[in-house]
Amino acid sequence: MTTATVPPPYRSDLKLGNDGFVQLLHAEWTKFRTVRGWVVAAAVAVAVMALISISAATGGKGANCVNGKCQRGPSDPIGPYGVSVTDSFYFVHQTLDGDGSITARISSLTDAIQPDPQGQGGAPPAGASVPWAKAGIIVKQSTTLGSQYAAVMATVGNGVRMQYNYEHDVAGNLGAASSASPAWLRLVRSGTTLTGYDSADGTHWTEIGTADLTGLASTVQVGLFATSPGYNDNQYVFGGLNSDSFNSLATAQFDNLALGGGWSGDAWNGDAIGGADGQYQQTGSGFTVQGGNGDITPDVPDDDTARLALSGAFAGLIALIVIAAMFMTTEYRRGLLRTTLAASPRRGRVLAAKAVVVGAVSFAVGLVAAAVSVPVFNRLWSPDAFYPVGALTEARVVLGTAALLAVVAVFTLALATLMRRSTAVITTVIILVIMPYFLATTSVLTPGPSDWLLRLTPAAGFAIQQTIPRFAQLTNVYTPTDGFYPLAPWSGFAVLCAYTAVALGAALLVLRRRDA
Amino acid sequence: MSEALHAEWTKLRTLPGTVWILLGILALTVGLGAVVTATVRYGGPGTSTDLTRLSLTGIELSQAMVAVFAVQAVGGEYSSGMIRVTLTAMPRRWTVLGAKAIVTGGLTLAVGAAGVAGALLAGRILLLANGFTAAHGFSALTPADGPTLRAAIGSALYLALVALLSLGIAAALREPAVAIGAVLGLLYLFPLVVGMVQNQSWHRHLEQIGPMTAGLEIQATVNTGGLPISPWAGLGVLALWAVGSLGCGGLALVLRDA
Repeated sequence: MTTATVPPPYRSDLKLGNDGFVQLLHAEWTKFRTVRGWVVAAAVAVAVMALISISAATGGKGANCVNGKCQRGPSDPIGPYGVSVTDSFYFVHQTLDGDGSITARISSLTDAIQPDPQGQGGAPPAGASVPWAKAGIIVKQSTTLGSQYAAVMATVGNGVRMQYNYEHDVAGNLGAASSASPAWLRLVRSGTTLTGYDSADGTHWTEIGTADLTGLASTVQVGLFATSPGYNDNQYVFGGLNSDSFNSLATAQFDNLALGGGWSGDAWNGDAIGGADGQYQQTGSGFTVQGGNGDITPDVPDDDTARLALSGAFAGLIALIVIAAMFMTTEYRRGLLRTTLAASPRRGRVLAAKAVVVGAVSFAVGLVAAAVSVPVFNRLWSPDAFYPVGALTEARVVLGTAALLAVVAVFTLALATLMRRSTAVITTVIILVIMPYFLATTSVLTPGPSDWLLRLTPAAGFAIQQTIPRFAQLTNVYTPTDGFYPLAPWSGFAVLCAYTAVALGAALLVLRRRDA
Repeated sequence: MSEALHAEWTKLRTLPGTVWILLGILALTVGLGAVVTATVRYGGPGTSTDLTRLSLTGIELSQAMVAVFAVQAVGGEYSSGMIRVTLTAMPRRWTVLGAKAIVTGGLTLAVGAAGVAGALLAGRILLLANGFTAAHGFSALTPADGPTLRAAIGSALYLALVALLSLGIAAALREPAVAIGAVLGLLYLFPLVVGMVQNQSWHRHLEQIGPMTAGLEIQATVNTGGLPISPWAGLGVLALWAVGSLGCGGLALVLRDA
């Protein structure tokens, strides 16, 4: 009799499978890359984005280009930071050698808006004024256009300011200058450092700020100046901006002029710098200086390579939104989600893995499109055609645009988890992200509502593409149509990220609570 | 054909989402128009603003809902497999597509007309309050004004044509997600791309052939001589797009297995 032996229970000799996050990522990546339509759609996204970006440059978009030839004209002086500036004012000056100071009192500053010489635009509207019409004292390297300077000035609508080297603007302590409340201004030069002061009475002085003008020559031109930008009568109508421009002339009364240090003692010279209008009169110890049709500010051009070379991002975005939505909704429609959750029961991890895969794919789409369009763009246009933004800004725009695509894709994925129906998801995301961008940048809406749309909706993220700095002291049309977003680049991007975080949180909650 | 129409009408009527989406179209048409007209201000003499067009801005947004509505009417049948039942019951496929087009387009036209009327009424009230008065040389919006009436009728027709365009694309592509992406891409990308083209003659030609840029010229009531394409011709361009897309969708439906 033989004893019955119980066979040992079956044990697979395969090793126990890992169910870490890496395996989950691998699984989700496999799901993505094996659906041919999605891979094709991602390639389409790259192609559309690059093509639209490149075609944005066709047809002479270069700000400094005439008939395809691009160069900065002689009328565009280059400032101390290597970008073009506006340098145009009436200058009553003397030579100062070495250290010294200049003090003056402004007892009145007015601006007069001139009727349109051609008579086409009619008269300027009643009550119009130019807040940045200005007059004051200035220390300038030379009368060469674009040279370094520091100035303390009274303005018509912005009080006393200290401005230097075109880009810097510091608020002073006094309001508008008038005979009842005159403004005393002082500028002290010590080496290359200039310090500005203002005072209401000529005895108690308050420092406004200091400017370090690196490389300032020993001999400089110092004196009084006046200038005024033009007045633009802007009206927003459906589909665009109607703008009538009027010249403006600032008139300032100076007295109590006091000079200290190594002054030449020559007579005063009056010069219209950079094509400005103006004149001056000396009456006893006082001066009347008039200047207009100019300004001393940075020159903000229309466009720059970094923004244009990625302006097709919204087009690639639509394809990515469709992919990201289907990446989740097909799981529901085909019942694949049950298999997915059986294999990996931790639902938060599944959502995270999907978000990483779809985000990484979108980021890659953005980078590849930029890798195509930026070099092509730089080959099509000479460096002089556009505003130079610098390598750091360019890197921010390229990486930021890729990140914009990635975050919108993750946002779509989260909404798809919540809503489960692809048409509803895609329409919602397009209405939240593409529509506001469309309404705001194609002049459908007036600037007020446009700005609010780009502050409050996820489309605020497009601000990451802003490259041209905006300057408070420069009168310009700062609308989304012209590439100016109401929020700073990273704050706009943060708005989009906040929406995405909320959507992801809600998606996680719902995915955990709901039966698959 | 009347049986086919009745069948399509029953399908659409009994879907719970239909009422909500139609209400959405109505709300967006009136709502965005009211927001825009409430924020615009009379800017002094010389202001020339197309008040009718301003009041009808909502169409630019509500057309997205119209696209969803029409895409779902076809694409929804494909995702649920219902299309096989439909084609078993009504084997004449052109008839099915025609019935869908009539029901979807007709319903959109009716809702669009209500939305346009509401938007113009809201615009009339809000614009008067914002200084666009007779004293400043503006007349209140009224259907008695020829161009305004044309813009109103045209806007409702515009929405119906967008529905037909979406229907054709959805029939051709079948997958609703892809179809809605394609429709909204076609509508909204075109003007964005056109806006970036600086060459004047290219710009004009692109505006003349874009379904949204050409179609919405029907809303223009001032300075109609300066339009890239005349109002009715522009709507005709959109109609060509709709007919073309329905043709492609119908061919795909006839030639392909469901």
